[in-house]
Amino acid sequence: MQSLFAATVVALFTVASTVAAQAQRADAIIGLQLEPPHLDPTSAAAGAIDQVLYANVFEGLTRFGPDGSVQPGLAASWTISDDGLSYTFQLREGVTFHDGTTFEASDVVFSLDRARAEDSTNAQKALFAGIVGVEALGDSSVRIDLAAPQGNFLFNLAWGDAVMVAPESIGDIKNLPIGTGAFRFEQWRRGDQISLSRNADYWGEAASLEAATFKFISEPTAAYAAMLAGDIDAFYSYPAPENLAQFERDPRFTVLSGNTEGETILAMNNQQAPFDDIRVRKAVSHAIDRQAIIDGAMFGYGTPIGSHFAPHNPDYVDLTANAAFDPALARDLLAQAGYAEGFSITLKLPPPSYARRGGEIIAAQLREVGIEAEISFLEWAQWLEQVFRGYDYGLTIVSHTEPMDINIYARPDYYFQYDNPDFQALIETLAVESDPAARSALLAQAQTTIAEDFVNGYLFQLALTSVVDAKLQGIWKDAPTQAVDLTGVRWAD
Amino acid sequence: MSARLLIGLGLSGLFAAAGLASLLWTPHDVTSLNIAAKFAPSSADHLLGTDHFGRDILSMIMVGARTSIAVALLAVGIGMLGGVPLGLLAAATRGSLLDDVVMRFNDLVFAFPALLIAIMITAIVGPSAVNSIVAIGIFNIPVFARLVRAGALPLWTLDFVLSARVSGKGAARISVQHILPNLTNLLIVQGTIQFSLGILAEAGLSFVGLGAQPPTASWGRMLAESQTMIAFAPHLALIPGLAILLTVLCLNLAGEGLRDTLDPKSQKGAQQGAGRAAP
Repeated sequence: MQSLFAATVVALFTVASTVAAQAQRADAIIGLQLEPPHLDPTSAAAGAIDQVLYANVFEGLTRFGPDGSVQPGLAASWTISDDGLSYTFQLREGVTFHDGTTFEASDVVFSLDRARAEDSTNAQKALFAGIVGVEALGDSSVRIDLAAPQGNFLFNLAWGDAVMVAPESIGDIKNLPIGTGAFRFEQWRRGDQISLSRNADYWGEAASLEAATFKFISEPTAAYAAMLAGDIDAFYSYPAPENLAQFERDPRFTVLSGNTEGETILAMNNQQAPFDDIRVRKAVSHAIDRQAIIDGAMFGYGTPIGSHFAPHNPDYVDLTANAAFDPALARDLLAQAGYAEGFSITLKLPPPSYARRGGEIIAAQLREVGIEAEISFLEWAQWLEQVFRGYDYGLTIVSHTEPMDINIYARPDYYFQYDNPDFQALIETLAVESDPAARSALLAQAQTTIAEDFVNGYLFQLALTSVVDAKLQGIWKDAPTQAVDLTGVRWAD
Repeated sequence: MSARLLIGLGLSGLFAAAGLASLLWTPHDVTSLNIAAKFAPSSADHLLGTDHFGRDILSMIMVGARTSIAVALLAVGIGMLGGVPLGLLAAATRGSLLDDVVMRFNDLVFAFPALLIAIMITAIVGPSAVNSIVAIGIFNIPVFARLVRAGALPLWTLDFVLSARVSGKGAARISVQHILPNLTNLLIVQGTIQFSLGILAEAGLSFVGLGAQPPTASWGRMLAESQTMIAFAPHLALIPGLAILLTVLCLNLAGEGLRDTLDPKSQKGAQQGAGRAAP
């Protein structure tokens, strides 16, 4: 009897210690909605590549901090010549790539020359357009010469498209990414997950996590189930806002709500009747109740916008009053434009819930002022073909997630086909202006111009909502760039 | 009249009546949203509560019944219009090359599920209620063609058909005047079953976004939209799910009841207590 008691006690202790051991986890499983097409951030626009690899596996000379500030990366320090035309970077000592080769000035020359080469497939070649020469000054110093001073050159170098790669490992980078980061790439099970492990030879502060796995779950229902079941520890950019209230109430989880660069707009086909008439575009803008859309489609997550500009940007101008919700005014404007009886128009919606749900709400709001919006649900491929490339639409809803992308309004062949020479001249001036105050004024003018031309219906800034295990700390709240930086992520005791 | 026929016809009649009534009146307008009143529980104003846009669920179920019934009914119509003549033709020319061609063509259509045909059609002309009618209708054609051919073949060997042939009637006239009237019962029973399958197919198509587009309410889309909200608003999924289940069940019951009533051979089987699963 006594021995049985003793055995039970021992068994209980074993169970208890196992539980304790499990509590001290050193790995994390992160859920993402989209899987990268390949693993080379320097040759594709897909944000999923940067989400997995930026800061974790690959690093650049400079890097983005969690707040979007530009911080030193592989360059420990830099000096800028008085004329602003030449940057000299001091590289960090003792940095090695994951395959054991050392990182030195020649790798910087190789990476930047490759990115700005004539035949480069870099998705953001404009970042490097101003560079006229990259020269190694010994092994640990590099000088970059510019054609003209650039106020945001260090910002440009922080992008995922500007990370450092090595000539030794470039051949197979799409399947076997070799960088300098705190994590090394382990394995990619296509359609399922990518696993990383801690880099023991990292030059900086070692990561707290020994291993990390990115799991790709595209279905919101599956993401919800996986999160509740504890199969994943964090879901970055959780796709179903309706579940967030439940996660918030559950003490096992934390919900992070932050900013993205995603301006969500009701795009109008500016060259097609009736939207070639500014009064009709203005009427549509006034017929929309943004708050109802944010509450109904995004369950309250999102910030109203009045122009194509992110509210957290210092140069933001609040223009929401310019297109305040006013159905009576909308009906008047339609009558002035000769559409007193209203009209019928297509509303083509891509898959994300902001578009599908937002579209149903907007259709109901437009019906109130006499506009009959015929909804059709499109897959992304159909949307790109019909709307983005084919201009075959009246209205559509989409979120533009690139940072600082107001210059798309200077492209008359862009899918909403806004053609205003004054605005195009304004953007040209902005491109060569480096004085911060003057840039700020120009940006304000740009925001106001497109808002007063009612180019599109400006709805809301997409929020970044991530669901995280309450004990997992350090996941970025905001998305200044596409990145899930795990170097500072750790389990709380 | 058997009990299952009564229950089946009664309840499916109720759904049909609800659908018809929605043409004239619903408790609330399903096209106007009221975000502030979303996820309201059952109350006197909203008998079945409201959905994530604050729309009245009872009204949506009524309009959804109309959508389902209209799509399924028209699809059965297309299936009969296409399938019956094909089946009669195949039976009249039994054993010939024409019979082979017709039936192999049917096999070919049969090989593609309604969903696949619908995806094909919507890829070309875009999703809509009309396209789902066409897709389900095309899927119904071989069902009726097979049924009519199988039912007609034994009739062709009977004496009254023989005498009609002797009196000089052509195959087409015999098919229409003598064969078809004897297949009416078969068609009614199969039509009811296909009708219930049509409702199921419509729900499936709109579940994946290929059926009726919003703001037209449809049971399948109500289900699809409620997927991520099951945890905190289970009624959003339960109500349209139950509506689909009950309608399909009742139509199957009605179909079996009709078969028992109309077909003396299977009535004997029913009396022996040999229950029969719906196809």
